[in-house]
Amino acid sequence: MDHAIKRRSFLKLAGLGGAIYVSGLSGWASAAATAGSAYQDFFFVQLSDTHWGFEGAPNPDAHGTLQKAVKAVNSLEQQPDFIVFTGDLTHTTDDPQERRKRLREFKEIVADLKVKDVRFMPGEHDASLDNGAAYQEFFGKTHYSFEHKGVHFIVLDNVSDPAGSIGEAQLAWLAAELQPLPADANIVVFTHRPLFDLYPQWDWATRDGAKAVELLMPHANVTVFYGHIHQEHHHMTGHIAHHAAKSLIFPLPAPGSQPKRTPLAWDDAYPYRGLGYREIEAEAAPKTDFKIVELPLQKG
Amino acid sequence: MAINNKRRLLLAGAGAGGLAITAAAVIAQTQERVIKVVAKKFDFTPGEIRLKKNQPVTLEFTTLDVVMGFALPEFGLRADILPGTTARIRFTPDKVGQFPFHCDIFCGSGHESMTGTVIVS
Repeated sequence: MDHAIKRRSFLKLAGLGGAIYVSGLSGWASAAATAGSAYQDFFFVQLSDTHWGFEGAPNPDAHGTLQKAVKAVNSLEQQPDFIVFTGDLTHTTDDPQERRKRLREFKEIVADLKVKDVRFMPGEHDASLDNGAAYQEFFGKTHYSFEHKGVHFIVLDNVSDPAGSIGEAQLAWLAAELQPLPADANIVVFTHRPLFDLYPQWDWATRDGAKAVELLMPHANVTVFYGHIHQEHHHMTGHIAHHAAKSLIFPLPAPGSQPKRTPLAWDDAYPYRGLGYREIEAEAAPKTDFKIVELPLQKG
Repeated sequence: MAINNKRRLLLAGAGAGGLAITAAAVIAQTQERVIKVVAKKFDFTPGEIRLKKNQPVTLEFTTLDVVMGFALPEFGLRADILPGTTARIRFTPDKVGQFPFHCDIFCGSGHESMTGTVIVS
């Protein structure tokens, strides 16, 4: 509990209060009200869509942005319990050797993170052209689960199939994961693509995502964090909240806001605008509420 | 007399022309449009497909390189396009407007820009 209070105080002192996002969505606004409860909270950091290997005008510092993010996370006054990368670690290439080179370089760069509990998952750029073969050589399984301080985390792979399906085998695995959990278990799902049809016109969907949502729906406390769309976005499917993170390579336009999903241009007047990462504070009793703090990348 | 003959010829010609026009209209109504669409990294040709509302059409897809997908979400249509085969979608557009389509099978760096538009008038 002291930890929770100290952390909130720090955020205020650091002038980040304006950046704190407490969702008005159902079940999200009780963080302040629980300050007096006896529980142990924690926080983790989500980074997404680093696209190591990308080169192009939308990010003239493509060779330096990932290191900058590592430095920014290492500079946090308190280090997170763990860090999660929600896919597209690398930018795709047709060359299997080059793909491995990029995965290796990415892994070497993020090895500089102070926090060594780092969870990975592939994006379609990492895994779709070889069904995840190279990714698994470096990072292991593409879908898995873990427990942390009373929260059941589930990592789903909706990218190793180039058609963007989870697939029947993985859905059966998800059902088996959920089956022993009580209906009020605290569950967090990490995915790369959105599980719901955000904007299918731009392929911002998972072909069988509705089946995963259907499996999750009987559980009262489920939250999904994902990447892929290179911007902050919040959506509810029933009582399940879905939160997309910013990218670390280039921002993409809001769904349907322009004819094509071309990256937003780099602006020399506002370098790194639209890029960033997030802290997610889990305040864990009696049910987990998550408070998101969006953090920008700063010049320098 | 000469005038009458000319008049008869003109009338006959006009009648034949009318029949031809009517026949053409009937054929147009019965012959369904087929539009060939060629996919290759990272492009659909044509990128604009112009259709008429309530007029049935068949889209025929081939790919010059790898497996591609064609998705036209606003009509709930999609097809896998496999090398060496022709995929077909037959449908009748029932609304006017511009509707984006895209490749929905990840095919490499540039996949995200593999898009086009169906324009229904």
